[in-house]
Amino acid sequence: MNRLKLSLSQKIGFSLLLVLVLYSAGATFLQAGDSASQNLSHILSAPDGQFWLGTDHYGRNMWLRLAEALQLSLMMAVLCVLTASITGVTLGVLAATRGHTLDRLLDFVVTLILALPGLVLVLIFAAIAPGSFLVLYIAIALIQWIEYFRVTRAIVQRLAVSPAVQSSKLMGFDNWYLFKRHYWPVIAPQLFPLAAFGAANAVLMMASLGFVSVGIQPPTAELGQMIVELFPYYSEAPWLLAQPLIVLAMFVLACHLCGKGAEQ
Amino acid sequence: MRALLLKRGLQLIAVAWGVGTLTFLLMRALPGDMAYRIAAGRYGMDATDTTSADIVRAELGLDQSAIAAYGQWFIDLLSLNLGRSLVSGSLVIDELWHMLGHSVSLAIAGSILSLFIAVPIGLASAWKGGWLDRLVLSVSTAMRALPVFVIGLLMIILFALEWQLLPVAGYDTAFHLILPALTLGLSMAAVSARVVHVEAKRVFGSTFYEFARTKGLTHVQAFRRHGVRNIAVPVVAFFGIQLITMIEGVVMIESLFSWPGIGHGLVHAIFSRDIPVIQGAALMMGILFVVMNTLVDIACYYLDPRGGQLQ
Repeated sequence: MNRLKLSLSQKIGFSLLLVLVLYSAGATFLQAGDSASQNLSHILSAPDGQFWLGTDHYGRNMWLRLAEALQLSLMMAVLCVLTASITGVTLGVLAATRGHTLDRLLDFVVTLILALPGLVLVLIFAAIAPGSFLVLYIAIALIQWIEYFRVTRAIVQRLAVSPAVQSSKLMGFDNWYLFKRHYWPVIAPQLFPLAAFGAANAVLMMASLGFVSVGIQPPTAELGQMIVELFPYYSEAPWLLAQPLIVLAMFVLACHLCGKGAEQ
Repeated sequence: MRALLLKRGLQLIAVAWGVGTLTFLLMRALPGDMAYRIAAGRYGMDATDTTSADIVRAELGLDQSAIAAYGQWFIDLLSLNLGRSLVSGSLVIDELWHMLGHSVSLAIAGSILSLFIAVPIGLASAWKGGWLDRLVLSVSTAMRALPVFVIGLLMIILFALEWQLLPVAGYDTAFHLILPALTLGLSMAAVSARVVHVEAKRVFGSTFYEFARTKGLTHVQAFRRHGVRNIAVPVVAFFGIQLITMIEGVVMIESLFSWPGIGHGLVHAIFSRDIPVIQGAALMMGILFVVMNTLVDIACYYLDPRGGQLQ
């Protein structure tokens, strides 16, 4: 993988992502304050010098709330991508190298999980522990590891019978060496697009649940939930509704651009 | 073919087991004594006391062990005894039938609309290329970045609130179906238009298509005899992949537009912690998903007589 050669869409994608990360991390340094404190005599205000993005229907600072919601989304994306990729790759290598029984067992588990549409599975998990970030994360990661697993398994199955791996085995190299020297260099470039689309999906999933009010509960700021909260005020304050919409669309677009650029 | 049906059959069992187990856990995780809750549901809050709770406990065997209760849960599930809604008190299975019709009509209308949008646009952009191709690509990329509920929200703002052409939400006349179906159709077409484009380009540039033209067939003849089926196979196969998008879209769109289908029912049941309905709705969605997947598999099998698309 040549890191210096980024396609144009990847460059745009990474820049968008960088902007979002910088904003979510640096918002509180640029403007101090409390994202939860209400001021009912100053609601639905337009962006001004004091509140850079205006205030919502409780007079809360939108600049800070939006950053907080974005932090939560980014955290979910990173956690899900890490967990799903590590689990998926590990199990994929094991399934392809450790014999028939384990392979069949994992195939059965995958068939089980894929029998339900992802969102429905996440909804049921959300019902078990309402408003829990941890449970949402477990549910999303539980769906997402499958893609990494399938890709890894297919690659390793093909490689394991190749002359290169066979001779390494004959020379007595251990499994870790085989993974590092033969499997990982082929798997790694395939993981990036999966991770990019996975991050977008994790954020979308959380926003979808927030949007139907069964995800992260108020007063914690979350993008989907902010959209549904601010919708009733769209004619008085369209700029408020636009903010979470734009941030959400920007993040998904950035991920898609990064992932698609890597595929080509 | 047999291996495939076997796999789908296994998935049906998996759906029942998975949904059953999760909702059983959900039932157990609820705080409070179950006997009191059921007694309150049956006899009303005022008539609930220790005696009535004990009667319920004895009748339903609620004092049995967790494993025995788990077994009983499945016997009920397999005999399609889904119980009564904790909120409305009516039989879950009746409610599900009622919701199923609405969901299916939305899904079918949305899919047909997505075909009517994606196929002409995809074919045109493959045929013409150039600026049209770039335009379609940018629009489709932008649409894909928007979650389906945002597309729906924009539709409501434009068509219902600003221009007041169509009803905002609800279920009354045929006009109420237009916005939800259009939202679903657009979100599906954003991706499938590109698939049609790629496949059409592959076919138009192929040697067999060139030969068809060389031997004297007109554009229309060549397209009808050599184009349609070759483009259709991967597009139908892709529809199978899109089923997830469609079902997830239906859940979100029904909630947004208050369309009284299964997705709406599921979300509301979760909101009010109505476990029998959660179980029934999730079960129904899983069964629908598996059945539709099977139908797509079979359609691909018959579209392509070589059976190449079928693993």
